[in-house]
Amino acid sequence: MSSTPKTIQFEEKHRWLKMGIIVFLGMVFFLLNIALGSVFIPFKEFFKIVFGLGSDKLAWTNIVLNARLPQAVTALLAGAALGAGGLMMQTLFRNPLAGPSVLGVSSGASLGVAIMILFLGVQVGNINMFSQFAGNFSIVIAAIVGAVMVLLLIGMLAGRFKNNTVVLVMGIMIAYAVSAIVGVLQFYSLKEDLQTFVIWGLGSFANVPRGQLQYFSIAIIGGLLLTLLISKPLNAMLLGENYARNLGVNTSRIRYIIILLTGLLTAVVTAYCGPIAFLGLAVPHLSRNFFKTSDHLVNIPGVILIGGLMALVCNLIARLPGYDGALPINAITSIMGAPVVIWIIIKRTDFRADV
Amino acid sequence: MNCVLKTYDLSIGYHLKRGEDKILHRNIGLDLYGGEITCLLGPNGSGKSTLIRTFSGFQAALGGDLLINEKSLNQYSAKELSKVLSVVLTEHPVVGQMNVFSMVAFGRSPYTGFLGKLAKEDYHIIEKALENAGITELRNRQFQSLSDGERQKVFIAKSLAQETPLMFLDEPTAFLDFPSKVEILQLLRKTAWEQNKAILLSTHDLNLALQFADKIWLMGQDKPIVTGVPEDLVLSGKFANYFDHKNISFDKTTGTFTFDAATKQAIVVSGQHIKLDWLKKALHRKGFEVLNENGGSEPLTLVRFNLEKDVFELKLDNSVNGFNHIEELIEFLLGGESNTTSLATPSRSGS
Repeated sequence: MSSTPKTIQFEEKHRWLKMGIIVFLGMVFFLLNIALGSVFIPFKEFFKIVFGLGSDKLAWTNIVLNARLPQAVTALLAGAALGAGGLMMQTLFRNPLAGPSVLGVSSGASLGVAIMILFLGVQVGNINMFSQFAGNFSIVIAAIVGAVMVLLLIGMLAGRFKNNTVVLVMGIMIAYAVSAIVGVLQFYSLKEDLQTFVIWGLGSFANVPRGQLQYFSIAIIGGLLLTLLISKPLNAMLLGENYARNLGVNTSRIRYIIILLTGLLTAVVTAYCGPIAFLGLAVPHLSRNFFKTSDHLVNIPGVILIGGLMALVCNLIARLPGYDGALPINAITSIMGAPVVIWIIIKRTDFRADV
Repeated sequence: MNCVLKTYDLSIGYHLKRGEDKILHRNIGLDLYGGEITCLLGPNGSGKSTLIRTFSGFQAALGGDLLINEKSLNQYSAKELSKVLSVVLTEHPVVGQMNVFSMVAFGRSPYTGFLGKLAKEDYHIIEKALENAGITELRNRQFQSLSDGERQKVFIAKSLAQETPLMFLDEPTAFLDFPSKVEILQLLRKTAWEQNKAILLSTHDLNLALQFADKIWLMGQDKPIVTGVPEDLVLSGKFANYFDHKNISFDKTTGTFTFDAATKQAIVVSGQHIKLDWLKKALHRKGFEVLNENGGSEPLTLVRFNLEKDVFELKLDNSVNGFNHIEELIEFLLGGESNTTSLATPSRSGS
């Protein structure tokens, strides 16, 4: 009788410890992200800048505070948002292979972006094209609309075809179809617009300028907080729609909330950073395996922390000192993420499990 | 007895496209009482699941009304309904990284707060549900590592933790081995009696339903639903009526179903002994027509049981053969059919 609460408290203690480890690693990588880069800054100077004392060299202060810091914050938030989006999609579709980049949600957002840049010719400057480009709210809105449209379509299909594999294949097909439309748009677009779009598609956390960072942060943090609030109905959804309904969950409403939140989080990240591959798919699995639970009350903070950490790690690798500039972030997330997914599939004894 | 659920003139079925309705059953008037197990029987496609889904509020009734505790189902909010009825569905979701305790804890979900944190009392209720379902020792096991029967019990425990006066179970005994089926039904009967719950379950295990059900509802395609106490349904012939099939017939005396096979030969089995009862079953299975001794003319083939020698004695054409086992006797009879000459020289005659 008394052993149960003990075990649960024991588990919870472990959870706090695990959270602590990830928070610590996150802080380490956050600091590394702003300390390291193509320009070498001595540690002493770096700490002076970090603690607000300023450096003798104005350029260094500029690099740390105006380039690397926003980039690190963007990576942290983008990783967290994609992880949360992936978690919600895997729960909603009860499918371990669901994720923003797999089910065409990122493609939907891309289509929105493509229509704005390539078709409507939303002006994008040449010199600081990314900041102007990403700063354009119409593009962010278009991305959200595109992502939510694809999610609604997949949600409809998932309602009709209960089979997970069918939904997954349809999602992949939708992604292809949407990409094809983007391809047609590219074919008819101007060279300069096309270049902007292609570079955006490679992904980067460096595209959110300091002046835009607060909007980006508010959207992501707001979305994540709302996600935390629906952890209880999300848990019930693990049992499937009928059981969830029998536990008092308004399933059709929660479905739309999940779709809107996932759409918002994925689309904002995609609009600013490009379609980032694999993070959304891999992070929820890392969290579930690390915390040994499917409880969303644990996993939502879990994916936020692990997602942020993974994005910081990827961003650091992309900008390791020695490169001239930065590698596309998508190359890194794919190289890191694809083996993680394969490892999950091979390793999991519970492959029959829905989530 | 308290009536927990009552239907008036209920119609169940599906909304099809183009606005048409496919009505499976109409004018249904049924009652569920606290402290009783009601078994829902009927062939596949007769609408058992549809009825349970309609009762659970998963799909709308196509007409009539459904009252739970004298309040219409439509007037319940999702939250209120979750405290009145709990379901155990046919297919269990397979959730990874979830232990049995957490699965059962879902039953407390209608009662917990915004984030679903369990209070001390919730822990107590979950423990009790685990105990009542007999799965206390599984508490820390991973749900997906359990057998089908254990998973079924976990969901029943979840349902118990939900503390609802009504419990609906859609084929809880499907896919289980026989002892597990009995165990599940015993558990449900205990629950119904001790906690005064009204339990409705659909099943294909007719024999078990006859033994465990307080009431039986018979559903068939294009037939009205028949209800009653199992014994009454058997005696009135309604039970047999619902399941009579070309080759299947229901034996009122034994309460079992028999399968008619083309009869090859009539054999009279004489006497009363458990071994003769089992011999009759074996002969029946092999397609012989088994007759009881009628005292008339001496039959051609007759089997008796010799208690002293512990052998079956087969009298055939004035010769008597003894057999220790049913297998030998059957082989002898079947062999004799194909080759009559061997009758004269039985290869294995006992003592």
